[in-house]
Amino acid sequence: MAKIVVVTSGKGGVGKTTTTAALGAALARSGQNVAVVDFDVGLRNLDLIMGVERRVVFDLINVIQGEATLHQALIRDKRCDTLSILPASQTRDKDALTSEGIERVMNELRERFDWILCDSPAGIERGAQLAMHHADHAVIVTNPEVSSVRDSDRIIGMLDSQTARAQKGETVEKHLLLTRYDPSRASRGEMLSVEDVVGILSLPLLGVIPESEDVLKASNVGAPVTFASPESVPALAYFEAVARLEGKDIPVTIPTEKRGLFDRIFKKRGS
Amino acid sequence: MSFLDSFFSRKRPEASSNVARDRLQILLAHERQAQEGGDSTLLRTLHAEILEVLARHVSIDEDNVQIKMDRGQKCSKLEIDIQVPQSGLRAQVSTMTPNEDL
Repeated sequence: MAKIVVVTSGKGGVGKTTTTAALGAALARSGQNVAVVDFDVGLRNLDLIMGVERRVVFDLINVIQGEATLHQALIRDKRCDTLSILPASQTRDKDALTSEGIERVMNELRERFDWILCDSPAGIERGAQLAMHHADHAVIVTNPEVSSVRDSDRIIGMLDSQTARAQKGETVEKHLLLTRYDPSRASRGEMLSVEDVVGILSLPLLGVIPESEDVLKASNVGAPVTFASPESVPALAYFEAVARLEGKDIPVTIPTEKRGLFDRIFKKRGS
Repeated sequence: MSFLDSFFSRKRPEASSNVARDRLQILLAHERQAQEGGDSTLLRTLHAEILEVLARHVSIDEDNVQIKMDRGQKCSKLEIDIQVPQSGLRAQVSTMTPNEDL
């Protein structure tokens, strides 16, 4: 039974695309068939983060409008053949996304994949609503920062009222993913703590991704962080989040950088 | 100077994360009340019916009855705050008087 997951946040720049790529890659690495779908029409970026930007021929809107088949538009990842990406259109008007068209594409994806991860655009407008509409699960990406928490709360309200599941009287399973977290700043009282954010939003915690240089390094080279540096702190945190998304009941840990004295003195040049 | 200030000052300023948490809790309580579509019908009905019951016994202003819903993971909290002004209580006494005479 395929599961549709929307990765959403309300606020922009909190790590939705990074998260979609990292979770998708981690799920696919275990042999499951995964499609990551970019819903950010006009500002597509998932292709770039995944490193397939030069292989885009057709996109989601081409499929919706019948100009290409789903098979033609899906790009298979070269590092992992169970991972595919459906890019968003960069040039087309976002009104070309119709709810009927998306329903058809989602149904077709459900037949082929185990997991369908939808990368939502920022905001609470139509694009974000369409991205969450068919979701069974929602990953709410939140930074430990007031405006991000507030926007997440808005999105939670929408997930509870405007999705297909909500309209049928069912619920979308919601998960909180706290990203760009700095445990030392939180312990000094300079940053909202994990407990603060969980308490305010009252959502089960999927994981805590610490702020890390590895995320930018991975995006520089066009690879999900769970592929680019699977041993890194953020990758470990994403693997843990994936296990929880699959329903495993494991305690949430916050991986931290273990840097020795020598590393600090002779700070390694970028790798 | 600022280093010495902070070094010698006895009381530490409140952690900014606590300020952030408190601001969010207050803000979101208001925003959830304003936005929750499904709940707002429930809240409006409750508000009207509670007022109706109260009006039978006390004279009370609509604004003195506040109903709030706090969403929780396992259960939600319904908070009903009724302020009875002095004049309202007096009205109650006056309506009670005829009964006492009987």
